[in-house]
Amino acid sequence: MPRLPTDRLIRSTKDAPFKAPLVVSAKIANALHVHALETRAARLGLYKGQPLANARAMVQPLCIVPADEKADAALLESIADWCDRFTPLVTLDAPDGLFLDVTGAAHLFGGEVAMLAMMTQKIAGQGFAVRGAIAGTSLAAHALARFTPGMIVPRGGEAAAMTPLPITALDPDDKALRALRHAGLKTIGMVAERLHSELSERLGKTFVTRLKVMLGAEETPLQPRRPLPDLMAEQRFAEPIVTEEAIAASLFSLAGSLSEILERQGRGARTLQAAFFRADGKVERIAIRTGEPLRDPKVMLRLLRQKLDALADPLDPGFGFDVIRLEAAATEETRPGTVSFDSGENARQQIAFLIDRLSVRFGEHRVQRFVPQDTHIPEAAGVAIPAQERDFSDGHWALTRQAGDPPRRPLRLLQKPEEIRVPASEIPEGSPKRFRWRRAQFDVHRAEGPERIAMEWWRSVGEPVAQRKASPRDQKNNPGLTRDYFRIETQDGQRFWLYRDGLYGQSAPRWYLQGLFA
Amino acid sequence: MIEHIMNKSAKLAELRLSLARYGLPPDRAPVALGHPQADAVLGGGLRSGALHEIFAAGWSAGGFAVLLALLAASNSFNRKGGPLFWIRPDYEAMEYGALSANGFAELGGDPRQLILVRTHNAAEALSAASDILTCPHVGALLLEVEGMPKCLDPVAGRRLAFAAGESGVTVILLRNGAEALPSAALTRWQVSSASSHADDEDWGNPVFDARLTRHRLGGLGNFFMKWNPEHVCFETADIGAVVATPADRPAYPQHQRRAV
Repeated sequence: MPRLPTDRLIRSTKDAPFKAPLVVSAKIANALHVHALETRAARLGLYKGQPLANARAMVQPLCIVPADEKADAALLESIADWCDRFTPLVTLDAPDGLFLDVTGAAHLFGGEVAMLAMMTQKIAGQGFAVRGAIAGTSLAAHALARFTPGMIVPRGGEAAAMTPLPITALDPDDKALRALRHAGLKTIGMVAERLHSELSERLGKTFVTRLKVMLGAEETPLQPRRPLPDLMAEQRFAEPIVTEEAIAASLFSLAGSLSEILERQGRGARTLQAAFFRADGKVERIAIRTGEPLRDPKVMLRLLRQKLDALADPLDPGFGFDVIRLEAAATEETRPGTVSFDSGENARQQIAFLIDRLSVRFGEHRVQRFVPQDTHIPEAAGVAIPAQERDFSDGHWALTRQAGDPPRRPLRLLQKPEEIRVPASEIPEGSPKRFRWRRAQFDVHRAEGPERIAMEWWRSVGEPVAQRKASPRDQKNNPGLTRDYFRIETQDGQRFWLYRDGLYGQSAPRWYLQGLFA
Repeated sequence: MIEHIMNKSAKLAELRLSLARYGLPPDRAPVALGHPQADAVLGGGLRSGALHEIFAAGWSAGGFAVLLALLAASNSFNRKGGPLFWIRPDYEAMEYGALSANGFAELGGDPRQLILVRTHNAAEALSAASDILTCPHVGALLLEVEGMPKCLDPVAGRRLAFAAGESGVTVILLRNGAEALPSAALTRWQVSSASSHADDEDWGNPVFDARLTRHRLGGLGNFFMKWNPEHVCFETADIGAVVATPADRPAYPQHQRRAV
């Protein structure tokens, strides 16, 4: 899309078209240059990379808009999204191109010729100048799309197609370009005739590799924009669909075909992604994760529907969806699908499904289970992680209390220890006699302690356990002060967990309330 | 004529009985609390598959609801136990602190059976509860709600009670800082914490001053219950002479006996 920036501007100001030829300017080496220009400007002899002052001198009047590279990149991304409907392998060829790996996909659209024609026609219909080429390697396609009106190279024909192109099509850096010009080489064909060893001496190995790839040698595969799904099923509609029922029916049939393949492979989906391609090019995606490998289409549909219902801004079909795709982004082997008569196993599955449903509705970080950690720092001893993450049946929860003793750890821990006010008149060695917390006065009736917990001096902040919400004093590389904990009971039986930050006698001790006992 | 009247009164009695039982959960085995008087009043213990409301006062009394839920969950499914779902709106965690699995274990619970659902607000919490109550394999559900949110109206309460009855999952509704209004709950408790030891200075197991202020199937009462983490049950607390009769309310709420 050689005129992407200007096409974007013209599209966005349809109602009030630019009166004069449009030029987009960008600052290169501290001087304004022509970054992109529309056809009208090009016809008047302006060209890309021209100093803006020259362009101004040549053409008056001229509409000049500063370049907005971010908006251009976003536009390219959304065009890439739209292209997802042709193949899942779409890569950006920034700043103005896209690579689509159509291997094995072209026949779905009536062959390469029809596919390319359809693609360019649709993009052009949206108001973009577009040129496309299909070739055996991405670099060859890149060069052909830019230096020819667009063509399809038959298998093995890259060398022949590239021969007449100028050397700039090789995308050489300035030094290489100068060297090639000095040598009198004008076309790629002339360069290709030289011995490769000669070229690599003068211009470096990467240049030769590029040249080889352009002429049709093997290349490294494209890095797709999104991870490729393990499996996918998609449905295309001649007439875009709008109604919820039609969407649900389509999702169900897709889930059915996906589950057939999963069944055959003995696998189940852990992550499902549904992509809705709107007729006007917008793509909406939803993803769900499950705790157990999933393959029942009814369950898939139910989870997807729930996710759709839970969306903050609901799925907007606009003028309708013309492609719906369901991907099993991650799959996992399932245990043999025998129906268990064991009620315990059945209950476990039901609970796992319930957790999946809740995770889909509220977000996986809101449905949690606990795993014990090997640390004695109270706030880090048990962490809550998404309940879908793994099996929680193992894990040993060590008790701090001796058998027969009352609980030594509180049921609730404040998210951050809160400083309490202990009257200055009695800075005690033991527990305070009274304190203020959250604007209320508490008289201590019983106290147990101190229980001394030293911070882990061998760790510094940044390690997993150090992610703890530690005392406010805990700062960089300071493992924190030793804490003396007291279990406190007031006259009416309210029970708190307090600690003194730092040892008695060192600096001014500060007191914090960290937990509430049952 | 007399026969006719007799028939009529028998019919009336029958109607009265069915009215009295209207909205009650189906009969299910109770879970004994371990506190003899409380169990006697409750008719064997806390009825499973029903809604129980706990109104907690103070910072420590909410633990009573947790312990009831723990009892209900670990005694579900013929005492095999099932997972305990605990729904907490974010505000609760901010105000009362995040749940500590270690503290839960110290009280005799099994953190492996604990599933926490954090929601943004009470409305979400109620909808999560209705999701959870579709699954009969849940051990118990503890729903924590602060204050008196609008969404927790009598209809929502009735829905919860009905879903609990249908699925057989015991629902403990913990209300912090709320005022008790008529609701569909089978029992209602007003709980505050009490001194953990009658006379000596030791720190003991938690004691709750639990007042059963509503019970649709029987009498009411005021119990001092001490939690025993070793046996995972309540026991009679030796309240001794330290705890005086409260001045601001009757020790035994007899006047509420007939409240429905």
